[in-house]
Amino acid sequence: MAAAKLMDYDKALELFEPVLGFEVHVELNTNTKMFSDAPNPANELYHAAEPNTLIAPVDLGLPGSLPVVNETAIRSSISLGLALGCSIAESSRFARKNYFYPDLGKNYQISQYDEPIAYEGSVEVELEDGTIVQIPIERAHMEEDAGKLTHVGGSTGRIQGAEYSLVDYNRAGVPLVEIVTKTIFGTEHRAPEVAKAYVQTIRDIVRSLGISEARLERGNLRCDANVSLRPRAAEGEPPAPLGTRTETKNVNSMRSVERAVRYEIQRQAQILADGGTITQETRHWHEDTGTTSPGRPKSDADDYRYFPEPDLLPVEPAAELIEELRAGLPEQPVARRRRLMAEWGFTDLEFQDVRNGGLLEVVEATIAAGATPATARKWWTGEITRLANAQEKDAAELVSPANVAALQQLVDAGTLTDKLARQVLEGVIAGEGTPQEVVDGRGLAVVSDDGALIAAIDEALAAQPDILAKIKDGKVQAAGAVIGAVMKAMKGQADAARVRELVLERAAQ
Amino acid sequence: MRHLGVLARIQLNDDEVTRLTGQLDAIVDNIAKVSEVATADVAATSHPIPLSNVFRPDEVGQTLTHEQVLQNAPDAADGRFRVTAILGEEQ
Amino acid sequence: MSDIIRLTAAELADKLASREISSVEATQAHLDRIAAVDGAVHAFLHVNEGALAAAADIDARRAAGEQLGPIAGVPLAIKDVLVTTDQPTTSGSRILEGYRSPYDATVVARSRAAGLIPLGKTNMDEFAMGSSTEHSAYGPTRNPWDLDRIPGGSGGGSAAAVAAFEAPLALGSDTGGSIRQPAHVTGTVGMKPTYGGVSRYGAIALASSLDQVGPVTRTVLDSGLLHDVIGGHDPKDSTSLRDQWPSFAEAAREGARGDVLKGLKVGVIRELPDSGFQPGVAASFRESLALMEAQGAEIVEIGAPHFEYGVAAYYLILPAEASSNLAKFDSVRFGLRVTPDGNPTVEDVMSATRDAGFGDEVKRRIILGTYALSAGYYDAYYGSAQKVRTLIQQDFANAFAEVDVIATPSAPTTAFKIGEKIDDPLQMYLNDITTIPVNLAGVPGISIPSGLAVEDGLPVGIQFIAPAREDALLYKVGAALEAVLLDSWGAPLLTRAPQLVGGTR
Ligand SMILES: [Mg+2]
Ligand SMILES: [Zn+2]
Repeated sequence: MAAAKLMDYDKALELFEPVLGFEVHVELNTNTKMFSDAPNPANELYHAAEPNTLIAPVDLGLPGSLPVVNETAIRSSISLGLALGCSIAESSRFARKNYFYPDLGKNYQISQYDEPIAYEGSVEVELEDGTIVQIPIERAHMEEDAGKLTHVGGSTGRIQGAEYSLVDYNRAGVPLVEIVTKTIFGTEHRAPEVAKAYVQTIRDIVRSLGISEARLERGNLRCDANVSLRPRAAEGEPPAPLGTRTETKNVNSMRSVERAVRYEIQRQAQILADGGTITQETRHWHEDTGTTSPGRPKSDADDYRYFPEPDLLPVEPAAELIEELRAGLPEQPVARRRRLMAEWGFTDLEFQDVRNGGLLEVVEATIAAGATPATARKWWTGEITRLANAQEKDAAELVSPANVAALQQLVDAGTLTDKLARQVLEGVIAGEGTPQEVVDGRGLAVVSDDGALIAAIDEALAAQPDILAKIKDGKVQAAGAVIGAVMKAMKGQADAARVRELVLERAAQ
Repeated sequence: MRHLGVLARIQLNDDEVTRLTGQLDAIVDNIAKVSEVATADVAATSHPIPLSNVFRPDEVGQTLTHEQVLQNAPDAADGRFRVTAILGEEQ
Repeated sequence: MSDIIRLTAAELADKLASREISSVEATQAHLDRIAAVDGAVHAFLHVNEGALAAAADIDARRAAGEQLGPIAGVPLAIKDVLVTTDQPTTSGSRILEGYRSPYDATVVARSRAAGLIPLGKTNMDEFAMGSSTEHSAYGPTRNPWDLDRIPGGSGGGSAAAVAAFEAPLALGSDTGGSIRQPAHVTGTVGMKPTYGGVSRYGAIALASSLDQVGPVTRTVLDSGLLHDVIGGHDPKDSTSLRDQWPSFAEAAREGARGDVLKGLKVGVIRELPDSGFQPGVAASFRESLALMEAQGAEIVEIGAPHFEYGVAAYYLILPAEASSNLAKFDSVRFGLRVTPDGNPTVEDVMSATRDAGFGDEVKRRIILGTYALSAGYYDAYYGSAQKVRTLIQQDFANAFAEVDVIATPSAPTTAFKIGEKIDDPLQMYLNDITTIPVNLAGVPGISIPSGLAVEDGLPVGIQFIAPAREDALLYKVGAALEAVLLDSWGAPLLTRAPQLVGGTR
């Protein structure tokens, strides 16, 4: 397929106003599935299961099987609805969305249609420079995930050209909450950034609620991005009608959400400028090429024949339950960030470093474990992030906040220099134990015995008499060579500042 | 009728289309009767005995063995159900 | 030996308990009867090879002094709509030929736990769609009273099995009359419990909001005994009621003592005039009412103005729900797979499989249901039908403010000839005119034999309907009338059925 022609981004924004909408699917991390008591693969415990081993009869749509609603999934959905600023429906119900597809055991998806559990909300989203954008939420509804298809044969592993497909129903029935925004206007040239920040915010919210593993790379969070363009109206003219939108499906990283929205704006702008029309269709995002390609056009085959699920009953949460869940809500991400920024005394730039690195939780935990905000930030955004990048891992996976705080305490006590502390960190990451255990195991503590240092200094001074003369002449910087020699003799396990003091003392004698 | 056949995933031959069309018309005429009394002020009943909030504790139960999962499969490979090539896209 | 099969389940249970008869003997007697007559009746789709082993186990446990349930060791026929681990389950369809369920339906599991002996799986209209069992993919079941006639449907196999003394007890399912109408045409007892009174888990769904599993037997007490085993809350079925139910067997025993008819207010529906029924059916109904009146019951005419819309509403709700419930039969995970020539896609395979695997009646209803739910039609059809449900519930509520139970003939005609109505779906659908409103409202209904129609000598049933959750009242009233009728006949109605000869299986 020939690559689509793209209009220059700034030019596109001159001609058109981008209009956005998002559907984010969140996989809940309950123990069991939405409608069966089979283990939930979206829970860390069961994530690595073999295909078709997390299955109850209803997950396969076996004859005679019936769904029963998971109470925890209901609680999680209400909490999420509340965190999105939504109203919780006094009565909501499940419906059947009927369509045939091999990954759907019953050939209908149990979802919520005309009566979602949560509706009419709003989320504050903070951009990297601290700008706040309000994203209006239309609804959040509960549904079940489908199984997974693997396409075999053909060259690409994609659906086109495959000889056959294999179906694993482990994921069938995983509890989902689908969050649907209203149409989002006014993001202008920051549309791609807003898209990314929105998904990030949803991730932060579900993480802080603890209701999802929220790992995009595993599909715990999946974003469908709707993009359309509308021509700019001339001064005094009424606004042009909304353009035809495309829905880019299953974008599975923050960066890709941003890129996909940007790409669609540029692609659509070029088509419209060339006098073409936009087809209403779903599109697929390709991570490797950074492009989207057309999927299924909307057609009358999309007649889902919704009707109320007769095997399930209405969900009518008691007011007390809603209040209990509301009381248990964590702080909204934006409010929390404002509070933490003030408490920690970081500059805007320092705080963005932490937030954009996804390090808010670990820095907070490290401070709680006794480190100062400045040192906690320094460790996480500096050395730990560097090591994580090298290992292609999340910084948070590498080391616990408690160990980072303990490490810093050893530095503060003078047991470790910064350089030694970095070695100890590597030991901790390598699994050699707590910082103290690594210090003991590797024998890495600073030599704090002045006698040993003085002996080494005297030896170095004796070996370099010209330097001693220079120091005595007042050329203090010449001491560096002696310090270097002493540090080398001490295998780095000395406090360089103390060595310097002692060198000057000895030279003065 | 053919469109309904596509939606219902039943491949109807010409004969079936003709026969079903005739029967369907008669049945549809008959059941149109419901609109005579189903006025706007009447509430719909979806469950004969009203209940609500029927939930299950979030506890793992007994699952099917892998063998049970596949025991009725018309075709399987690699521990999974096997189907011929899929034309349409995911929903 | 042949005496054993004529015993009621209650009588057999007593002889098992006193160890006068062993469960192996009882089971063998029924297996012999099946072998002797089922070639002609064709009530069974499958006979359980493990039946004698299960019976031997019960005998051993009884011998070891284990405390067993009241009907332990009694054989049970199971409608093929109920999934079973030890026998195939087809729901009367080609698309499920050879299917083996990895789990038991709750009612089957409870029957096993109560020591009942699964004898086999009984024939039915495909996916329970029909009133004659002619729509079974495996050939029709024949009425033991006249082998040229239908045994009713969809549960014709279960009703014929108990009527032909092939089993003392059977399980059925009733979506619009599939337990009660077969009982009517075979001279047996059929009970549809309150919706939610018996678990639907493992009953292959036809119309989820209407389906209910229930007992099929020769006496009201036997139904109560079986209902006590299968009923009660099941967490696997969200629509299952949490009520504490009284013993229905106890209710039947109490009813048989007779007092319940004294002062009982029995409603008859003004909108169901006798002219709508075959004369012999109407006459038998009137005779039963007269007998009840003689025992002190009061017959009260009530109005049920919306009943006439019941059939129309039913034929919207049922196909709509069924079209969705039957979507799972797609050749991917279980069941038939038909792969057309060429390079078929999975869509082609699904469509060809469903065309080949479903019978005409099933296709007709799936297409009708697909239509009724399709964009733009939902409100006019499914939505309106659900409103009719509300109106029918109101009719019942109004009636039950005046009367204790409602009585109707169980069906408009006696058993018709096989093939007589098969090409006229509309005529066929009218068979269920008196049973359908009961399912729409979720209330319980029982059909008991009321006599024979004078013009054709075929059985007729009377249906009693009670308010939701008042199943016990139906057992009382049913058993009371049963006792009075038995008195007047001198012997059970089924003793007047012709001897079944030949047709070994
Ligand atoms: Mg969507
Ligand atoms: Zn969704």
